[in-house]
Amino acid sequence: MFDISVPALMGQLTVGLINGSFYALLSLGLAVIFGLLNIINFTHGAQYMMGAFVAYLLLEKTGLGYWWALVITPFIVGGLGVVIERTMIARLYKLDHLYGLLLTFGLALIIEGAFHHNYGSAGLPYSIPQSLQGVQNLGFMFLPFYRAWVIVASLAICLATWFVIERTKLGAYLRAATENPTLVQTFGINVPRMITLTYGAGVGLAALAGVFAAPIYQVSPQMGSSLIIVVFAVVVIGGMGSIMGSIVTGFGLGIIEGLTKYFYPEASSTVIFVIMAIVLMIRPQGLFGQR
Amino acid sequence: MAALFAVLPFVIYPRFGMLLLCFALFACAFNLLIGFGGLLSFGHAMFFGMGSYLSAQAALVWKLPVELAILTGAGTALVMGVVAGLLAIRRQGIYFAMITLALAQMVYFFCLRAPFTGGENGIQAVPRGHLFGVVDLNQPLAMYYFVLAVFLAAFLLIERIIHSPFGQVLKAIRENEPRAISLGYRTERYKLAAFVLSATLAGLAGGLKAIVSQNASLTDVYWTMSGEVVLMTLLGGMGTVFGPVVGAAIIISMQFYLSELGSWVTISQGIIFVICVLAFRRGIVGEIEAWLRRRRGA
Repeated sequence: MFDISVPALMGQLTVGLINGSFYALLSLGLAVIFGLLNIINFTHGAQYMMGAFVAYLLLEKTGLGYWWALVITPFIVGGLGVVIERTMIARLYKLDHLYGLLLTFGLALIIEGAFHHNYGSAGLPYSIPQSLQGVQNLGFMFLPFYRAWVIVASLAICLATWFVIERTKLGAYLRAATENPTLVQTFGINVPRMITLTYGAGVGLAALAGVFAAPIYQVSPQMGSSLIIVVFAVVVIGGMGSIMGSIVTGFGLGIIEGLTKYFYPEASSTVIFVIMAIVLMIRPQGLFGQR
Repeated sequence: MAALFAVLPFVIYPRFGMLLLCFALFACAFNLLIGFGGLLSFGHAMFFGMGSYLSAQAALVWKLPVELAILTGAGTALVMGVVAGLLAIRRQGIYFAMITLALAQMVYFFCLRAPFTGGENGIQAVPRGHLFGVVDLNQPLAMYYFVLAVFLAAFLLIERIIHSPFGQVLKAIRENEPRAISLGYRTERYKLAAFVLSATLAGLAGGLKAIVSQNASLTDVYWTMSGEVVLMTLLGGMGTVFGPVVGAAIIISMQFYLSELGSWVTISQGIIFVICVLAFRRGIVGEIEAWLRRRRGA
């Protein structure tokens, strides 16, 4: 165990960082949605899967490549999210938060079932864009360009989201509406519209993660459901109190998972859940959560 | 209800009737937690599935008599219920749901890798054996009435729990936890007790199911199973006594008779979820009860 192979370790670390990027992007979206809508968006995994599928379909049906998909997909899937929020979720705000969870769970089943019906469960390939193919030899490891791109781009998007929410006027409205929507509305801000757009933006982030994931994993209907459960554990560990907290927890747990894959592969699929159990014992509100 | 179920095997396929009873018991166990404790567990498949695996293991490998095999499954679920409950009741509402879901996924990964579960194949050819060494359970009718007896016993137990002082305190906690605390109740203990009871009965249902279907597989412990039991209870009516039985009957019939339609089963389950949440949150039995109450009032 102690003679460490550097390239293999670095390889697992890269995979860990990639997974961490997805954890961060998805838990960030969940946290933003939860902050304003007070629901846990169970459809998040399905929307991530839709992101990958839309990228795939754009390429197959219209010939639009990866870069176009990266721009268009979040708007398509986010737009569908806006429709879902307006027609269904908006009816539940006055009810117990659990109904939002049940509704979005049902929606996730419908979406997954529909994609499964049309595309089967075998994964569909989506190739890495030409400009990001190739590998860089860093001396101690080989780094595929695409993986480096996903990590850097995800980190940039996470930080941009943090900046918008914590440092801009729009973000200030958003934070204020999270604290007290009625008061913010009396100041003349259209809070219902803000809620709708926030849901759309959170869903858009999930779809973007899906496009990032398409060339790495196979595009398949069930790619979202297993991921979303891990992301729930990430959210419990981090607590949904802070944006930066979601980002740090997401990337951190990705790295820990990667390290576990190298040192003790048997535990790699369960390590995040074990950490969740430990955090619940020591600090039930989560690492960055408030009571 | 008892009379209805007693004649059921003469109307439908007994094996289907037995499976229906197992899932009805599972849904009743789940309802005890959500309907009366207000705790939404999204991970009840871990108790059902492990109950199923351990009962199958006990009957097939350890050669235990069938009644002890089922109790092994229920006992396993009890122990797991204590551990999972102690962790999960530290948070409420949606966090509780996410935590139970994550813990169940951990159990699923454990079952995927553990050697005794047979991985993707599951445990096959579980013997039914003889009840108390006398009654041959390979006779479908004998097996059916055994399952029915266990179901009715558990159902009456749940009914008893709901109407006991313990059940009343549980309802008080569901309605207003701070107030229950201020009245001097140690609400954590009540919630944990409800969780463990619900888990144990879910394990019992899983154990029965393993003996009935003569196998235990990964399906029993997967998150879709947790979702199905939520759906059964929601459709039938959360917090009603007969709701979960009605819900289980509908969902299991749907799966049984529509199984050739493949993904359409998942899609229609999703649609039922959405309709229930948007249009009738009280569920079938809950709506009927409300309708009867209105008529009596009018």
